Amino acid sequence: MSDTKEKAPATAEFPPPVKWLDDRLGVGKIGRKNLRKVFPDHWSFMLGEIALYSFIILILTGIFLTFWFKPSMAEIEYQGSYSLLKGLHMSEAYASTLDISFDIRGGLLMRQIHHWAAVLFIAAMMVHLLRTFFTGAFRKPRELNWVVGFGMLFLGIIEGFIGYGLPDDLLSGTGLRITQGMIQASPVIGTYLSFFIFGGEFPGDDMVSRFFTVHVLLIPGLILVLVTLHLFLVVYHKHTQYAGPGRTEKNVVGYPLMPVYMAKAGGFFFVVFGVTALMGALLQINPVWLYGPYNPAEVTAGSQPDWYMGWLEGSVRIMPGFESHFWGVTLSWNLLIPALLIPPAFVTLVALYPFIESWITGDKREHHILDRPRNVPTRTGIGAAFITFYGLLWIGGGNDLVATHFDVSLNKVTWFLRFAVFLGPVLAFWVTRRIAISLQRADEERLLHGLESGIIVRSPDGGYSERHTPISNYEAYELTAHDRLVPYEVGPETDDNGVRAPRRALNKLRAKLSHFYYADAVQKPTAAEIEDAHSHGHDDDVHELTDTEAFHEVTPDKH
Amino acid sequence: MSEKRTSLSPARFLSARRRHRSAGLVVLLFGLLAVGSAYAAFAPGSAVADNSAQSQQIEEGKKLFAVGCSSCHGLNAEGSGNGEGDMAGPSLIGVGAAAVDFQVGTGRMPAMQPGAQVPRKTPTYTPEEIEALAAYVASLAPGPAVPATDSYDISKVTDEQVTRGGELFRTNCTACHNFAGKGGALPNGKYAPSLMNVDPKHIYEAMLTGPQQMPVFSDQVMLPEDKRDIIAYLHALQEQKDPGGFGLGRLGPVSEGLWGWLVGIGLLVAVAVWIGAKGVKAKGHGAPGAKAEGAKAE
Repeated sequence: MSDTKEKAPATAEFPPPVKWLDDRLGVGKIGRKNLRKVFPDHWSFMLGEIALYSFIILILTGIFLTFWFKPSMAEIEYQGSYSLLKGLHMSEAYASTLDISFDIRGGLLMRQIHHWAAVLFIAAMMVHLLRTFFTGAFRKPRELNWVVGFGMLFLGIIEGFIGYGLPDDLLSGTGLRITQGMIQASPVIGTYLSFFIFGGEFPGDDMVSRFFTVHVLLIPGLILVLVTLHLFLVVYHKHTQYAGPGRTEKNVVGYPLMPVYMAKAGGFFFVVFGVTALMGALLQINPVWLYGPYNPAEVTAGSQPDWYMGWLEGSVRIMPGFESHFWGVTLSWNLLIPALLIPPAFVTLVALYPFIESWITGDKREHHILDRPRNVPTRTGIGAAFITFYGLLWIGGGNDLVATHFDVSLNKVTWFLRFAVFLGPVLAFWVTRRIAISLQRADEERLLHGLESGIIVRSPDGGYSERHTPISNYEAYELTAHDRLVPYEVGPETDDNGVRAPRRALNKLRAKLSHFYYADAVQKPTAAEIEDAHSHGHDDDVHELTDTEAFHEVTPDKH
Repeated sequence: MSEKRTSLSPARFLSARRRHRSAGLVVLLFGLLAVGSAYAAFAPGSAVADNSAQSQQIEEGKKLFAVGCSSCHGLNAEGSGNGEGDMAGPSLIGVGAAAVDFQVGTGRMPAMQPGAQVPRKTPTYTPEEIEALAAYVASLAPGPAVPATDSYDISKVTDEQVTRGGELFRTNCTACHNFAGKGGALPNGKYAPSLMNVDPKHIYEAMLTGPQQMPVFSDQVMLPEDKRDIIAYLHALQEQKDPGGFGLGRLGPVSEGLWGWLVGIGLLVAVAVWIGAKGVKAKGHGAPGAKAEGAKAE
């Protein structure tokens, strides 16, 4: 199809069977356009693919598992081949999970691939989100696609957590019990909500069958809709690209979908499937037989959720145990704050970030060329702060294992995190922002003065200087492809007629934020500045030493 | 002995002979014997004096104790402070032979340094020395004895009993020791140790005596056969091969997440970088992407 010529009718060259189909479906026309669609080539554009392929693997292995999993909490006596649990009373859900693991050919492998794929699915979505964030790919016109992606991540996490709860082993029951506690901690509606979700007192008899439907039908369906929307929007917006020669806001430079990208993406699918299958075959995940059937009277050390819920677990773990009682009502701040206030606030900020940034910066233009993280130091700093905050809570979720494996006191880990969770993000923001600005300065240096050639020249009067060679035009283009960033100005308080500008306070805040956002960033030099910098170097190809450039000087007594 | 028999005779027999000329002597002898027996019964040192082998062992234990243990536990095992009001070593009176056998047999005692918890290490004393120390501490006051070998013998335990042991283990032990007996954290630097590769006798003794942070599960609370079943389950866990591949330490989802990120995502990103680099090189050198210019955006 790639050899289909523009001028020839779409159906002219098709062999008969394809022509038969095309006459009836008209796919040739769509295919001709879309198979030639160009995608830019960069490894960081393949991170989302990992998520997509893991999702496909999840569906395939999940279908296999539904053939044998019995979503029922009916109590039965286990008579399968795992001898350490033989004769115990347990739910059909747990017994069938054991059967899948021990008595069904390939069952354990499928279960483990399914679980590893879930781990990778959400991790890949998160890595993809970080790439999108740090390169500014969420800017207009892609804000809504960011929200769609965020929706998938959110649903993926819920989906994973419910899947973790399905086998009805001790670990999943403990996880659901904690979740139920969080639900109950919501003021006024908590108890009602808990009864509504679990169909009565926890654990009840409905949990597994309800969660099963949500896990295999509702959420995968929603994710599938969002995946379609996400990919449709990628095609519609066209893919973003990194700055480079020949790349502008108005074109896309890359390879056509067919055959280059098709081969790459198809190959990558098999790599992802291969890695997931290898992990499923070699690395044991969620050994449900070790946990035993769920029994509300039992609990085990090492009861943790899968990694993507770890930060929530940590948030609850490091929270001091505050509670207030009044008029016969208990308010559990120790759950309310770490589980019901902070995480929703955090994820809302993440979901709405594109809108927040564009409001602050006042940037309403379309962007198809990606930012280098250093060129937007404040955003990069904010990203680092978010990662730090998340990471510290995440560590909190494993505070017991940190304590035992690094031989420190559990209490000290917790107390450290209680402070670090506030101070760490600030520090990370500041350090990252400074590093980004320093890198910008290094770029500017490169642009204006060129590369240090390593050749030291001695002038007739005994001074030393280093010869600089200008960088290539390609590189100069890359380094200057971004816009000069100007802070939003609040404007005069009154217009010519003495009328006060409306929403003055809001605009002032906006100007302040915008100033904070852009003020310290290094503005790329103007064409005149570059011209000027180059012309004074071009005469003799040797840098003249001025006062401001004294640091280029190499004096013998320093060595 | 004849006097004894006399004293056991009916009252009339005694009454008839009370004026016998040797009656005074008999009473005197009887009195001496009674006092002697009472002394023998109440004085700790000589109570076992008739068993010379055991007394020798206690004597040996006492000597070992004076050298290796008394600096913290006191010369008479009465416990001692470190001068700052903190207990350097608790009193060992009444802890029983089982506690000594566990603490010294697992190498925890003698402790190398004070800390949140004394770790397990290679035992310092030989089995004979440990027995002597245990005998000495047991001689101070009654306490739980070292369990008999058949109480923790798991060779004849049935599968049902192992399963039962698993339920008991999950109900009583996993909260601290983890679902696979790998141990877990406790407050302030303390921890529940791993139960892997621990002598069945020591597991039994630990339940019996509650060392360090552990609660006591006495034989009245947890029957000897319950203890044996738990030990049998732990043994089965330890012998069990991980059916799903490398067990990742059997620590739960935290290590799984770590492997997922480091190995899974790490590998996939590495492959993505490789594929990304491959295309550019194959298609042309110099300016990346310059070869396949195309698809103007509308």
